[in-house]
Amino acid sequence: MRASSPVISIAQLQKTFYVPEREAGLRAATRNLFRRQNREVKAVDDITFEVAPGEMVGFLGPNGAGKTTTLKMLSGLLYPTGGEISVLSYIPSRRQRDFLRQITLVMGQRNQLAWDIPALDSFELNRAVYQIPRPDFDQTVAELIELLDLEAIVRKPVRNLSLGERMKVEIAGSLLHRPQVLFLDEPTIGLDVTMQRRIRNFIAEYNHRHGATVLLTSHYMADVVALCRRVIVIHHGKILYDGELSGLVDKFSALKTIVLTVPDSSIDLSMFGEVTSREPSRVTLRVPRADTSRVTAQVLASLPVSDLTVEDPPIEEVIEHVFAQGPEQAA
Amino acid sequence: MRAMLDFYLTQMKMALVQQFQYRVANYFYMIGMIAEPVIYLVVWSTVANAQGGSVAGYTPGEFAAYYIVWTLVRNMNIVLTPYAWENYIQRGWLSMELLRPVHPLHAQIAYFAGWKFVAIVMWLPIAAILAAVFQPEINTSPWAVAAFVVALWGGFFVRFMMLWLLGMITFWTTRVSAIFELYFTMELLFSGRLVPLALLPPWAQQLAAYMPFKWAFGFPIELLLGKYTQAQALYGLGAQVFWIALGAILVRLFWRTALRRFSAVGA
Repeated sequence: MRASSPVISIAQLQKTFYVPEREAGLRAATRNLFRRQNREVKAVDDITFEVAPGEMVGFLGPNGAGKTTTLKMLSGLLYPTGGEISVLSYIPSRRQRDFLRQITLVMGQRNQLAWDIPALDSFELNRAVYQIPRPDFDQTVAELIELLDLEAIVRKPVRNLSLGERMKVEIAGSLLHRPQVLFLDEPTIGLDVTMQRRIRNFIAEYNHRHGATVLLTSHYMADVVALCRRVIVIHHGKILYDGELSGLVDKFSALKTIVLTVPDSSIDLSMFGEVTSREPSRVTLRVPRADTSRVTAQVLASLPVSDLTVEDPPIEEVIEHVFAQGPEQAA
Repeated sequence: MRAMLDFYLTQMKMALVQQFQYRVANYFYMIGMIAEPVIYLVVWSTVANAQGGSVAGYTPGEFAAYYIVWTLVRNMNIVLTPYAWENYIQRGWLSMELLRPVHPLHAQIAYFAGWKFVAIVMWLPIAAILAAVFQPEINTSPWAVAAFVVALWGGFFVRFMMLWLLGMITFWTTRVSAIFELYFTMELLFSGRLVPLALLPPWAQQLAAYMPFKWAFGFPIELLLGKYTQAQALYGLGAQVFWIALGAILVRLFWRTALRRFSAVGA
C-alpha cells in the first residue's frame, strides 16, 4: 500500500435491514401467521468517504443515524448490502486474520474483558490471541499502564472496577496488539468529565505515537473538538457533511452570537436581534449570519458599548441544527 | 500450530483461574448433578437383585461403577449449551469474539476444556464417597484405562461439535427451544445416560450406534468398565473421530452463511 493511499475507503456503501413488524392484537397476529410483513430499514444509504493514514475523524450523528452500523461494517462484523469497503486494503467482511490483527473496535457499552478476573489475565489472553511477542507485549502493557494510569487497577477483578476504570482497561485491552486502525464507538459514554479528558488525551497520544488512524463516534462534542479536525456527519444513513470541523459551523450555522457589555443590560435590544441572555451589564444577541456586520455597526453607533464580541454558536447547537435540517438539506 | 497451542493453553489457564474463583458454586452444581445417577443406580441395583443378581450382564456392583463413571463423563460432556446462543449473539459476546483473529469455536473449546480440569479435580472426592457407599466393581485393564482417557476427551469434543451446530440454528430462527428439546430427549434415550445401552432392545442399540450420542457418553463408560474388546474400542474411538470431523466440516460449511445471517441485533 502506498503511503498516501487511504487507510479506509468506502464507496456507495449500503446496509439494509429487514425488520418484521405487525399491528397489535390477535387479528394481526393471526394474519401474520400466513403473511409476514417486513419493513425495509436503510441503516446506511449510499455513503462514500475516505480516511487518510494517521487521520482522526469524528463520525457524528443522532441515535439511529447509521454510525455504529458503519463501524460494524468497517470492522467486518456486518456484511454490507451494497457498495464497497476497503480497510488497510482488506475487505473487512472476509475477516482475514491479518486484517483483524491490525484493527480494533471499542464500543463504550460492550465489555470484552472477562468479568471475574483481573484485567492482566485478560491481557495475557489477548497476547496469545494476537500472537504478540513477549517483549513487545510487556513493553506495550507497561506503556498503557503508564499512559492510562492503570497501575492500581489492573490486578483487581474487572467486576470490582468503576465504569471509568473499566473503560480504561477495556481500551488498554483493545490496543495491546497496537492496531493501526481504531474504530471507537462512544468510548467516553457515561464517564465523568475528568475521565473523559484522560481518555481523550490518551487517544491523541496513541495517535501521535503510533500514527494510527482513528474513526470516532461520540455524543460528547468535547471529544470531537479535542481530537478531530475533520468530521463526517451522518443522518438517516446519509452523509450530510464531510469536512473540517470549523467548516461545519460556517456551513450550517445560519446565526452568529453577539455578546455586548453595556452599562444597563435592561435596555430594549430586540430591534437588533433575538436576545438570548441578559446578565448585569452583559447581553447576548443572536443575529442572522449575513446581518452580523450591519447589526454590529448599528449597535456600536447607537449604544454605549464598552465591549463587543462576535462568536459562532456552540458546536452542540450547530450539530443540533444540522440534524434538525435532515438529509434533504445535505450538500 | 505453535500459536494455536499457545492460545489454547492460555485460554484454558484463564478458564481454570475463573472457575476456581467459583469453586463453591461449582461444587454445589456438581453435587446437584449426582442426584440423577444415584436414582438410576438405586433403581437398577434393585432390579438386578430382584432378577437374581444381574440385568443384561450388569451386576449391582457394575451398575455402581457405571453410574460413578457416569458422573465424570457427564461433567466432561458439559459444553456451551445451544440455549446460550441467543444471549451469546444478543449481548454482543459473539461480536467481540468475531473481532479477534481466532475462530470463536476455538475460544469456546479451549475455555470449556480448561474448565474440565477443575471438574476432574472436584469430581475425585465425590467419586471416592460414591465408591465407599455403593461398592463398584470394575473389571478393567491398563489399555482400557488409557483408551478411556482418550475417549473421555473424545466424548467432550463430539458433544461440543454437535451442540455448537445445534446452537448455530439460532442464526436462522429465534424459536429454537423445541428443536433443542427434541435433541436432548433423543440424547437422553440413546446416549446411555438414562440406562446403559445394553439394557435397550437390540434394534435401539443398533440405532444408537449410528447416532453421535453414544460416542459422547455411553462409550467411554463402557470402555472403562471393560465391556469392549480392543477392536471394539478402536472402532469406538474411530466413531468419535468421525463425528468430530463431520461436525467440524459442517461448521466450516455453514459458518460463513450463518455470519451473513448475523444481521444486527447483537453485532
